[in-house]
Order: sequence, then C-alpha cells, then structure tokens
Amino acid sequence: MITTGLTPVITEHWDAPDLYTLDGYRRFGGYEALASALKQDPDAIIGQVKDSGLRGRGGAGFPTGLKWSFVPQNDGKQHYLVVNADESEPGACKDIPIMMADPHVLVEGVIIASYAIRANHAFIYIRGEVPNAIRKVAFAVEQAKAAGLIGKNILGSGFDLDVVVHSGAGAYICGEETALLDSLEGYRGQPRLKPPFPAVAGLYASPTVINNVETIANIPFIIGRGVEWFRQFGTEKSPGFKVWAVSGHVNNPGLFEAPLGITMRELLDYAGGVRGGGEVKFWLPGGSSVPMLTAEHLDLPLTYEAMAEAGTMLGTGTPMIFDSTVSVVKAVTRWLEFYKHESCGKCTPCREGTYWITGVLEKFEHGHGTATEMDTLVNLCGQIAGRSFCALGDAAATPYPAALKFFRQEFTDATHTPVDGTFDPVASYVFAPAVAR
Amino acid sequence: MTITTNDSQVAVPSDTVTVIIDGVAVAVPKGTLVIRAAELLGIEIPRFCDHPLLDPVAACRACLIEVEGMPKPQPACAQTVSDGMVIRTQQSSEMARLAQEGVMEFLLLNHPLDCPVCDKGGECPLQNQAMSVGRPESRFTEDKRTFPKPINVSAQILLDRERCVSCARCTRFAEQIAGDPMLELLERGAQQQVGTAEDQPFDSYFSGNTIQICPVGALTSAAYRFRSRPFDLVSVPTTCEHCASGCSLRTDYRREVVTRRLAWDSPEVNEEWNCDKGRFAFVYQTEGRIEYPLIRENGELRVASWPEAIDVAARGLAEASSHAVLVGGRSTVEDAYAYARFARAALRTDDIDFRARALSDEEHAFLASLVAGSPVSVSYEKLESAPIVLLVSFEPEDESPIVFLRLRKAARAGTRVVSVGAVRSKGSEKVAAEMVWCAPGDEAAALASLPADILAALAHSGAVIMVGERAALSAGALSAVAALADRTGAALAWVPRRAGERGALDAGAIAGLLPGGRPLSDAQARAEVSELWGVDSLPHPGASGDALLARLGTVEAAVVGGVELADYPQDVRAALERVGFIVSLENHHSAVTELASVVLPVAVVTEKAGTFLDWEGRPRPFTRVLRDALTMPDAQVLGMIADAMDRPVGPSDVNVLRAELGTLGPWRGARLEAPRVPVGPRRDGLVLASWRQLLDSGVLQEGEPHLAATARPTVVMVSDATARRLGLTETATLHGPAGIVTLPVEIADVAESVVWVPMNSPGCHIYRDLGARPGDIIRVTAGGAL
Amino acid sequence: MAISETTRTGLREIADRYPSARSALLPMLHLVQSEENEITVEGINVCAEVLGITPAEVTAVASFYTMYKRRPVGKHHIGICTNTLCGLLGGDAVWDALSAELGVGPNEPTPDGEFFLERIECQAACTHAPVMTVDWEFMDDVTPRGACEVIEKLRRGETVRSTRGPVIRDFDATEHTLAFPLDGLADAPSVDSKMLAGLTIAKQRGMKAP
Repeated sequence: MITTGLTPVITEHWDAPDLYTLDGYRRFGGYEALASALKQDPDAIIGQVKDSGLRGRGGAGFPTGLKWSFVPQNDGKQHYLVVNADESEPGACKDIPIMMADPHVLVEGVIIASYAIRANHAFIYIRGEVPNAIRKVAFAVEQAKAAGLIGKNILGSGFDLDVVVHSGAGAYICGEETALLDSLEGYRGQPRLKPPFPAVAGLYASPTVINNVETIANIPFIIGRGVEWFRQFGTEKSPGFKVWAVSGHVNNPGLFEAPLGITMRELLDYAGGVRGGGEVKFWLPGGSSVPMLTAEHLDLPLTYEAMAEAGTMLGTGTPMIFDSTVSVVKAVTRWLEFYKHESCGKCTPCREGTYWITGVLEKFEHGHGTATEMDTLVNLCGQIAGRSFCALGDAAATPYPAALKFFRQEFTDATHTPVDGTFDPVASYVFAPAVAR
Repeated sequence: MTITTNDSQVAVPSDTVTVIIDGVAVAVPKGTLVIRAAELLGIEIPRFCDHPLLDPVAACRACLIEVEGMPKPQPACAQTVSDGMVIRTQQSSEMARLAQEGVMEFLLLNHPLDCPVCDKGGECPLQNQAMSVGRPESRFTEDKRTFPKPINVSAQILLDRERCVSCARCTRFAEQIAGDPMLELLERGAQQQVGTAEDQPFDSYFSGNTIQICPVGALTSAAYRFRSRPFDLVSVPTTCEHCASGCSLRTDYRREVVTRRLAWDSPEVNEEWNCDKGRFAFVYQTEGRIEYPLIRENGELRVASWPEAIDVAARGLAEASSHAVLVGGRSTVEDAYAYARFARAALRTDDIDFRARALSDEEHAFLASLVAGSPVSVSYEKLESAPIVLLVSFEPEDESPIVFLRLRKAARAGTRVVSVGAVRSKGSEKVAAEMVWCAPGDEAAALASLPADILAALAHSGAVIMVGERAALSAGALSAVAALADRTGAALAWVPRRAGERGALDAGAIAGLLPGGRPLSDAQARAEVSELWGVDSLPHPGASGDALLARLGTVEAAVVGGVELADYPQDVRAALERVGFIVSLENHHSAVTELASVVLPVAVVTEKAGTFLDWEGRPRPFTRVLRDALTMPDAQVLGMIADAMDRPVGPSDVNVLRAELGTLGPWRGARLEAPRVPVGPRRDGLVLASWRQLLDSGVLQEGEPHLAATARPTVVMVSDATARRLGLTETATLHGPAGIVTLPVEIADVAESVVWVPMNSPGCHIYRDLGARPGDIIRVTAGGAL
Repeated sequence: MAISETTRTGLREIADRYPSARSALLPMLHLVQSEENEITVEGINVCAEVLGITPAEVTAVASFYTMYKRRPVGKHHIGICTNTLCGLLGGDAVWDALSAELGVGPNEPTPDGEFFLERIECQAACTHAPVMTVDWEFMDDVTPRGACEVIEKLRRGETVRSTRGPVIRDFDATEHTLAFPLDGLADAPSVDSKMLAGLTIAKQRGMKAP
C-alpha cells in the first residue's frame, strides 16, 4: 500500500529542455533564493540551514548547518567552499544526473553556501570520467559569471566570489573529503590526518567546508521556501526529500524524488517492481559501502536513523535491487575488486587487506574456496574495519560479513561449485539472451 | 622532563599532562605523542612510518593502541596526550594486541621472504617487530605481488620495491628534511611503490639517510649491498672528517676494514642525519695508502725503516736554518696542536699556516681577533631559533651540509634567511633565501649598503651572521662582516669547509697565534706557552698566508701535512720545488710526496683518537676505530722527529695533548683588532664566481664511484639575460690566464655579469685549468667542444 | 611528439585559475594527454617546469589517477563498466563481445590505433546499466550487439551520438574538454526518460511537493 507520494522539488522541471540555461532556470524562479539570501546576514543563512535539519547527502549524513557553523568567523583567513562532485561509489548515480539536468541549482546553492561561510572562492570538483557533467556545470558557471551572479559585488551585496570547475582524473578515494582536498591541491588523493578538521584547516590549510552536490542543491529551496516548508518532508531526524536513484533488476530503473522515510517497497513499486515478476534477493539502500539487506527489510523507512537501527546505513540513498538470478558471491567479489583497485595504498590494512580478500573471494567465485577461509575472511574484515586510515577500508570490510550473514550457504556452495554453475550469468542480464550472443 | 608519579613528592610542572599507560602514570609535556610517552616508560609500541624527526602520518597502523573511551583503536604516533588519558598498549589490551597482530599480518602479506639475501636482516625493524607482535604463522596462501628488482633510484641507492611497506619515511625525509622531493610514492593501492621521475635519479646530497631510516630492506646502499651482516660488524661512534659540520657517525668495521658509516644520533649537532659524502666517502682510508716511510735517494723515493727515516728527517730539519710548516685543514685538534708546538719549539719558526686554500691576511686578522679561541657564540640550536640568518660568501648545502639542514628546518619554522652572493642556488631556494645580489669581490660594498629592514632585523636578539671561508678572497669583506656584527650586535659565525680548520686555528697552527687564540705578540701569552712547552723563548712573528707561500721560494726546509697543492690558487708547487728539504706527513701519494725528501705515513681518522672542532667551536671527540692499525698520528711522528733533533717538545699522547690544550684554555686577554680593509675598487666586466660543490674531485672522495655518479653535473651557470647578451646557447668557453674550459650552459638565477663554475669538479678546476680565482674578471665566449 | 607552445600557454592559463598554481596539475595533465594522446615524460617535465615542482612530484600524481595513460591510447577510448551492478546486468557480456571484436584485453590499444579498451569503474549511471563510454561520453543501456554496432560506426567514420551528451569526437578532444570545459557542447541533450522516471509518474498521478 503506497502512502508516500513522490515530491519533485529538485527534479520538478527536469523535463524543460532549457532548464540547464540561465534563462530556463530563472523562468522557474531560479536565483530568487540567492537574491533573498544576499540581503540577509550570513549567520542567518547558516541558522536556517541548521534549523532545517538538512543532513549531508554524500553518504555520512552529517548535519549540514552544523558543519557550516564549524568554520571560525572573523579569523582573517580565506575560507573555501568545495563541492564534492566525485560521485564514484558503485550504485550512486544521483549527483551526475543533477549536474547534467540542472547545473544552475548547484551553482545557486554554491553561491549561497559560500556567502554563508564567508568564502570568496568555491571549487566544484567533478570526477574526470564524466566530461558531460563537467561541461554542463562549467557552462552554467560561465553564464552566471556573465550575469554578475558570480564575480565581484554580486547583486550589489558587496560579496565577491570566484568559482572554479575542476576535473578529477579517476580515483574513487577522492570522494573522501580530505583526499579530495589533497587532490584539489595537486597531490595524490590520499586522506589526511584529522585533526585538524577541514573546517579549521582544509584547502590550503584554511577553513573549508566540503559538501555533496545534492546537499548544495537543497540550499536554494531551503532558503527560498523556508525552514518550515522543508521540515514538512521526511522525519524529525531525517528531514527533507531525496533524489532516490533506483537501479538493478527493476522494470523501471531511474530517479524518483520523494521524502525521506519512504520505504523500499514503495520505491520499488514506483520503479515498476522487480523485473519479470521476480523477488528481491538482496538490496542495498545506498552504494556498495553499506551493508546489504534482504526482502524482510523492504518496509523499513529509508531514513538515516532507521537504516542505522537495522544495522546498515542510508549512505547515498541510491538503492540497488538484485533478484534471485544473482550470485551474492560474485556480487561481493566484484565489489571487493573495486575497493582493491581504488585503495589509495596509504595504510596497511586497506592496501594489503583488499588485495588478500579479493584474491580469496576470486577463488570462491571459481568454486575453490575453503570453509576455513570463510572464517578467515570474517577475521580479515575485522582487522580492517576501524583500523584503516579512512572509511574506504571500512567500506571494503562491509560487503562480505553482511553477505555471509544472509547467504552463508552460497559461500559454502562456492567451496566446491563455481558460482556460474549455479547462477547462469545470462539470467541476470537485463537484455534478452538473444541480444547477448 | 618526565617523572613517574609513584608517591614521590616531586612537583609536576604546570605545562605537563599526566597519562596512564598500561597502568603506569607518567607526566609529559603538553603535545607529547602517545608513542613518545610510552617510550619514556620503556614501552615500545610497534611502528614503521613513525619517526621522531618527521611529521606523523599514521599510515602504517602498526602502532594502534586502545584509548579508554574510544571504541576503535587509535594510532599512538598521531595521538597527542591529554590530561588523565588512559592508554592500553599491546601489553595490556586485547584490542590493541589483535589490532597490531592484524596489521603485522597484512604487512608481511606481500613482503617477499628475502631475509636470507636482504642486507637489512639482523638489524631489521620488520623482523624484530614481527617477532614481538606478529603471528607465528601467516594465513596468506595467495600469490604475492612482485616487481622486478632491484632498481636504482640513484647510482648509490638500490630499491627492492617488493620489500617496501609504504611507510613513506624516505619520501617524507626527502621532501621535508632535505627539500629534495625527487623520491615519491608512485602508483596506487597494492601497486604503490617508491620511485623517481623517469629521467631524474634521486641525486640528493642527503639521499643516504633514506637507507638508514628505511625500516625494511627496500632501500639499500649499492656500495654495501651483500657485503656484510650486522652481527659481523663492530660499531664505533666517530666524528666525520669531511667538513666542519661536526656530524656524529657510527663507523662499522669488520676484520679491520671499515664497511660502512651511518649517521649517529647527536641532537645538538646533526640530529640523526648526515650527508652522502660523510656516509660513503671512506674508501680513501684503505686504498692507495703509503705503507712504509720513504726516503728520496738519487731522485727516487725508496722504502726505509722508521728509525732511518726519522733520522734523515731530523738531520735535514736540524741542518736547515729556515723552516716553513704547512699543516693542512684535515688535522685533528691534537695533531694541529702538535704541529704548532713542533714548529715553535723544535723548528723555532713561526712560519706556519693550516689554510690550504685561497686565503688572505685580512682573514688572518679576522680569525685572530674574532674567532680563535672564542667560546661558542652561534650553535645549531641558535640557528634554529634565529629570527634572521645572514649568509655571506657561504653556500651551506655545498660547503657545510648539516648547517644547511638546520637552516632549512629553521626557515620552515619562520627564520628569515638572507644570502649575500651571486647565485640563488638550489640550496638557497630550499631555505627560501632572499638574495642580496653581489658579484664575488663586491661583498664589502654590498654589506655597507644592506637594505634597512635587514639591518633592523640583524639588530634583533638572536640574529646571526654566517660567513664562509670564501670571504677571504674578497678584499674588505671580512672587515665589513666584523663591522656589521659589531654595529648590529648580531652573533657571528665563521664556517670553514674543512673539518680541521677551526681546531687548527684554536690550536695555534698559524703564524702570530698560539693555542687558544693567544697572540704571539702578547708577553703574557708567550710566557704561558713557553712554560708549558719547556722552552726559553718563542720565535719572532712569522709569515702566514700568501707571504708564507711566497717565502717557500727561499726557505730551506718545510714540513707539510695533509695538503693538496692544487687547492691553492697560486702555483705553490713551483715554490715548493725550490725548497731543499721537505718532510711530508701523508697517507696517500700526492703532489707533495712527489717533491718530498722524506715521506712519513700517518694515520687516517679511523686509526687514531682525536677531536675535531666543528664550526661552532664545539669539540667533537672520537675514539680510535681500528685498534690493530700500526700507523701513528701526526703528533706522534712529529714527537719522534723532535726527539731525534734533540729538541724534545713533550709527550705526544693524544690525551696529554688534549690536557695541555685544556690547561692553556682559551685566551681571555686582549685580542688583536679586527681588520679594517677598505672596499676594493670597482671592476668592469664579467666576474667569475665559484665554490666547491659537495661532491667533486676532492681527494677524500676517491675510490667511491657510486657516490661520484650522484654529483651535480659540471656546468657553467649564467642568468638568462647574461646568456643572451653573450650569445650563449648549448656550451660556453671560459678563457683564463692558464687556459680554457668549455662546459654546458645552464640558465639559472645568477647575478648579472657573473658566471659561475664549480671550483674543483670533473672537467673544471679553476686554479689549474683557468688560473683564475673567484672574483676575477673572466672572458666567456659561446660554443666550444666539450 | 613535442609539447607545443599553444599547449604550454594553455598549461599556464590553467595554473592561473587557482589561488595556488599546483592545484592545476590534474587538468594540466589532461591537457598534456589531449596533445600527446598519453602522458609522456616530456609532458611531465613541462608540467613540473610550469609549476616549479620536481618531475618526480608530477610523476607521483600522474601515476595515481587511472585516467592518465602511460601508453598511446589511439583515437577512441572505449570503457565498459564491469563493476557489480553493470557487470552482472550484462556488462560482462558486453565486455566479452567487444574484447573479442577488437581482439584486445583490458587497457590495451588495438594495433591500428583506433580503439583502446578498458574495464572502467562505476560511471554513476547505474540506472542505465549496463554502461559503456566512448571517449568518456555516455553510451547508456548498452547491449553486446549495440556496442559492436557503435564500434562499427566509429570505424566507418559515421556520426555517433552519446546517449546523454554530444556527438562523439575522439579521446584527445575529451581530454581537452577536461582541461578547458567550455567546449561549446553544453547544449547536447542530457536528460532522458530514466532521469525523468519519477517526474513522469508524479505528473501522471498528479503528485506534487507541498
């Protein structure tokens, strides 16, 4: 029984072909929030974002207003706003579409956020593998500059801002905020020691706020329509709406905007249900870094708190659905191959651990795992989680224990039977077998 | 400043915090890292990336410990203590023990089983810590990742990438300490490896330190590879003989041959670092040694017994009525003192000098007045805390590398470094030096017109002026430096290149000066010294410097220590050729032994005990390394000659010599006045600038090709504007009175109308090849064949 | 191939965008790659010179990021996502088909210099799985046959349009865009039905946000 309606806010005008232009964006009220914001005190803006309860949409769910308030004021230092548009987590596919469909909402949000934290420089770090997002955002920034919305004395407010669109070059670890800063400074993208925290010493050792694309995209709406309005959506602890990107074995994969608190079953319904009338075998509420869930969890509200209570995390809020044609062993192995490839190499547990775990899982995939190794792997994941330098290690240590909890038998089977023998790869393809050959 | 608070009534200073580690409370200064606090209690938390002199990175995760109240283990190397913090290490916490065990298992995963063939075996932190915190067996049965091995990161350093644990100590050292980020971590993940740019080897003067701090056998010395096991070696703390920085070393030998040298821990001087010359250049100690005394007969040198050779030397010297003594800059303090004593008491001459290089009378006056026998006024520590350091005619990176390292450390912490010179060298860049541009020879004028803000800064407490030995070449420079120090109150340091110079100065091995800076002209001083030496009188003031070298043409006999004639700008060989009787105390054949009448082989530094005074004036004593060596120090040989001359000078034992110097002590009486040589005349034209690069054709570096291959290339450096004005492109030819030199051109940050070439590098020895000195006007033409 | 003066000027221009020049290194390396079709030693040295850092420091960065190639790529870079979702939903089959078609393995260029095949990581297009990229432009919802057809068209020099992006140019051109993103192609349609899935249903059912 579907009770949660879809609430297009960010996506409301995505079907307008000129939304990506300044004129198109303005036609739908774009940059009015900015005009209003610039008439207010920066602290008032921070206050509104705090009161809204908006939580970071990059995966950690940290209260955005609180993060902004950590930047020391009147310290005589340059402040920086950095947008983390490095969306690379397997399963996450909401930021790139936002940037391609509506780059101006990001730009407007960047200007307001920069104003609030007193930053005169903002950087939008976009992963290099998606040039189409980069060109769209660069185009929007250029239009905004031409219209005086970026530059000196914006709208006569006395506020100056320069915005740089920055291309990454292929490293998932650069989605980790301190690794992103190192990468943005022209170094290898390896995470930094905290403390000091970016709010105190971030980019160029100066106070910096790093926010996700979707988080920033919320800002014009919060400032434009108000805290009260925003609080209508979602729950007390997880207010707001979300661009839910549903992918996998569903009939109608795509982006569905709805309040937090919606259940996976409801989203699944909007996404046309599992393909071929099948069943959900396992699903992840966010990207590969969150523990998987099964069909028994479909009615849990998709909020930060409910997901945590269920032993997983909301993460990026980009659910992946897998049906019974999929081998959990293969799925987990492929994720670990990803983490091994993306491990930056700085710390021992992640660098060596992902190498080891992936090697063992590949054996399981080919039917050569052992019972001892099943336990050893749990142990190894425990040696990584909480012991690595950053969350990539934690993320790499997540898929296997979660999969083992629900699908132990599959791993046991993989000690003697190659997974392709049990799960015909062709069956999980979304195109018909004929097309596969 | 730490005490265990076990019921003692000792008051705890207020800037300390108390932490409890494994149940034991300890008070430590605020900001102390947990790993350091634990060490004070004798608790060794395992570590690889941590190093006390490098910024923490918490990358290896070997040091994970439990902090009460935190659910996850924390890296001890990055965790600062807070008051009341309760820490449990692997000794008392299962969480910590398992975490460390897990990390150790991961570290050994891709690590090759190279121990049987790895140089580090037996002194390997990975072996040691694997034994103490690791699992007895590994559960890893997959294939290890491999790399072709070894590869050269430089001619003298080999890299076995598989052994590397990515602790990044080497790359962090190269970047932070040495300022040479030529060694970097490349690739990503398990493929991460140390490496260099494809066409640029790790040719840093300090690269050898990475071998020492590497906690595994990834970085090894090409010269030492496969040569020895640590348990075969006897290790002795020593002092480096290559420059005046005064580094403490650890010399390792096996079967009476030195196999390697390491930097040794000396926080006040070299911390834990040394330079590559000090580390690798010791082959000269064993190769090409003169084994037996030699006497010249019928124009040829022949082997003689010690008694015969001493006898011949003594007779020859006794028969001569005029003598000169050239000590050289390599002597220990005790040996230099023996020369000083021998010259005045046995030879009865004051014609003595230790400076085997370009020099001047102005320098003599400067040293006599302001340096000889003076207490330590500028120390390394003072450099580190100085608000401003002014360098005059001094290139620390080439001429006193450990001073450079300390200056860089200071500059990174905010010390302002200003260099009065003609080239903004790599070393200058690495200490962020501001240049006061001046061609060699114009230093006095430059110092007289320093910008007001620099003058003001020099007047601040803690300001330092450092002047190098090259200032002697510039008329008026040292006078100007003395005046500047006097006017501003800045502390003054004179930094010679050689290890023995300051000691020889303080020992009185130069005309007009007796030990401790005593002026020969002072009656009180003469009285003290004559009494000690048991002589009735001391000779009249003699000649030093250029006058002494000129006098060689007429003197009847000379006693020469470790001196390379090519190091003098003038043609000393021609003068020495006319000396009737020459006694050479040497350990290798040289231009001097070719002319000598008697050659007496003497000990190298490993074969004797002694002391060097570093540039600060700080004594750096060392004991004898090779106990079975049959050689004798210069002092002992001189003593034997004096006895044979029937002019005994007193005991030659190193301890007695030290005691004598101690008895005399530094001079507290009136000193000679500082020099006041006026500024030299202005010159027009292209001026030659030059200094000795750290790694060059120096005699003590011979026999070590790996080291030599890392030397900076011999080039002529000019500014872009000067090059265009002269039409220089690929090569340039310098024309001097004695000949020409053609070298590749390198465009660099050089003062206008100045050309720089190295003083004594392969392909360019300015005295021998050009017959020119720094400060001379030189002609340069474009092109020329190399 | 030498780094041209135009490229050198471009490198300096990029460096000027940032408060600290070194921040420009990643886009600078893309510009080098757009000229040289790979990251060459000369390219590394020029970047080092412009930024006043050592070639080793540049090499460290160039070798960390997977988009920088150490061998010539050729005309077109072909990426197939074989991460879990795309791979299992058919990306594996697409990979097999293309690998067989082009006769090369992962990270290998074809001998004729036309194509470079790579297994790429998640392209943030999971709703459109399986995903292929040509010169890093999206080719969503790809099938083995469809992928081979794209290759055929490119071989014949026919126009191929990205499913959410512009007409396909070539690898060097994309690399240039990464260094200078104002390439005049921002008008390319980039919103498709999957991105509008929720909005479509909401409009159909009259659902709106308050």
